[in-house]
Amino acid sequence: MTTTREPVAQGLFTWPPTGSAPLRLIASECADCGLLSFPAATDCVRCASTASKERLLADRGTLWTYTTQGFRPPSPPYDGPEAFEPYAVGYVELPGELLVEARLTGSGPERLRIGQEMRLTCVPYTVRDDGTEVVTFAFAPVEEETS
Amino acid sequence: MTEAVIIGVGLHPFGRFPGKPALDMGADAVRLALADAGVGWPRIQGGYIGSYEVANPDAIVGRLGLTGIPLRGVFNGCATAGTAVALAARAIETGEHDLTIAIGLDKHPRGAFAADPSVAGIPSWYGQTGMFLTTHFFGMKINRYMHDHGISHETLARVASKNFHNAARNDKAWRRTPLSVEEILASPVLNHPLRQFMYCGPNEGAAAVVLCRADQAHKYTSTPVRVRATALRSRKLGAFEVQSPSFPVGEPVESPTVDASRAAYELAGIGPEDVDVAQLQDTDAGSEIIHMAENGLCKDGEQERLIAEGVTGIGGRLPVNTDGGLLGNGEPIGASGLRQIHEIVLQLRRTAGARQIAGTPRVGYTHLYGAPGVSAVTILST
Ligand SMILES: [Zn+2]
Repeated sequence: MTTTREPVAQGLFTWPPTGSAPLRLIASECADCGLLSFPAATDCVRCASTASKERLLADRGTLWTYTTQGFRPPSPPYDGPEAFEPYAVGYVELPGELLVEARLTGSGPERLRIGQEMRLTCVPYTVRDDGTEVVTFAFAPVEEETS
Repeated sequence: MTEAVIIGVGLHPFGRFPGKPALDMGADAVRLALADAGVGWPRIQGGYIGSYEVANPDAIVGRLGLTGIPLRGVFNGCATAGTAVALAARAIETGEHDLTIAIGLDKHPRGAFAADPSVAGIPSWYGQTGMFLTTHFFGMKINRYMHDHGISHETLARVASKNFHNAARNDKAWRRTPLSVEEILASPVLNHPLRQFMYCGPNEGAAAVVLCRADQAHKYTSTPVRVRATALRSRKLGAFEVQSPSFPVGEPVESPTVDASRAAYELAGIGPEDVDVAQLQDTDAGSEIIHMAENGLCKDGEQERLIAEGVTGIGGRLPVNTDGGLLGNGEPIGASGLRQIHEIVLQLRRTAGARQIAGTPRVGYTHLYGAPGVSAVTILST
């Protein structure tokens, strides 16, 4: 059985990822002052310019801080599965770009430490009634891939 | 400019009051504050009222008297009550009124706040994927702070335990069961490193403060409390704030608390070393620790030793959240900052009963912080 996968929102990350166009977060870069915004924004929060261009962010960074989510968030707005699975979130510092808040793969704090290398990936965070997996961006510890 | 002084404070208990509307709680708080000031409602010339849940909090005049005065509803997130008292004081300072009132009231349903992210200018996916939670920010901020400044899990638990013990001495507090450090460390982790008993909860309550011109205070009270400074600041680009899907890399940018605190000290001509008692936003135990430093009351990292030595306890050199803080009282958003001021006024008058701090306190400090990155500071003195 093939599972259909859909991104949680258009314009948030490149989709579908391919060999020549891997998964990347889509930011905007202010045409006037160069400030980066993620998610992409039409208004610059530094100079109030409304002119911007698309910019793909780096897919590697370091974990700046993190926490875990131990209870099911109020729904709506959360539309994850009724059977709650704890998850982790954190800020990943993309050097010279932005600190981006993201889901982290896994749920416990044990495998996470501030400063560790992280790589962009995606996770299905919920499944619709028709079987479609809804995918969001996430970061995974790099050391788990290489060990 | 005329100085504003506080001549009356009133506090409805914080907790759960099934069947009692927020407006009734607010009216009770107003009556207590008016009685404390020895002033009848018809003499109040203007008021500022804050609430998150009540659409028209100025409907409170239906309980108090339709006197035709200007009543301004204010809302500024967790800084709502700080804003209400600042505006009430400003109306006196500028000569608009001789007698004003600041009122806060709220009645939140159980559990974490739920809202559509669009009300905060944030896209839907942020809420759908489980990121739109203020508790994440508090967990992540203290986790980084512990890493950078050597704060232990025990210190988080000590802060919570202190606040619950203080609340146990406060018959208007919500959580009056003292909890030990061990009991707090045994409660479930909600957002690492923060546990269930390290978080405050939204609840219900109201508070009010009556202010007048300093040169007329003698008509009402022998113990006026001076409003030395009020300051409010919003977040700057690059600061790490609640509900930020991203923020710029680079040198750390300070929180609006640091900015509001500095502005307030400067306005008051009072330094952190002069503060005798403080009320700091303790949304969670980690926030109280961070806010000690952000308000200039200690250096980053000093909290580990200060808290272990009991410096922030009622018997310590710098008592913090003597009434139990948000951990002990819960957070009806509109009323929270006025509860803080109520406690400081009692402490400066030396009428705080079982939780009265020792000596002759002269300077009290209150601080609020919340979404989307707003901070309010009030400095009061005898
Ligand atoms: Zn710009």
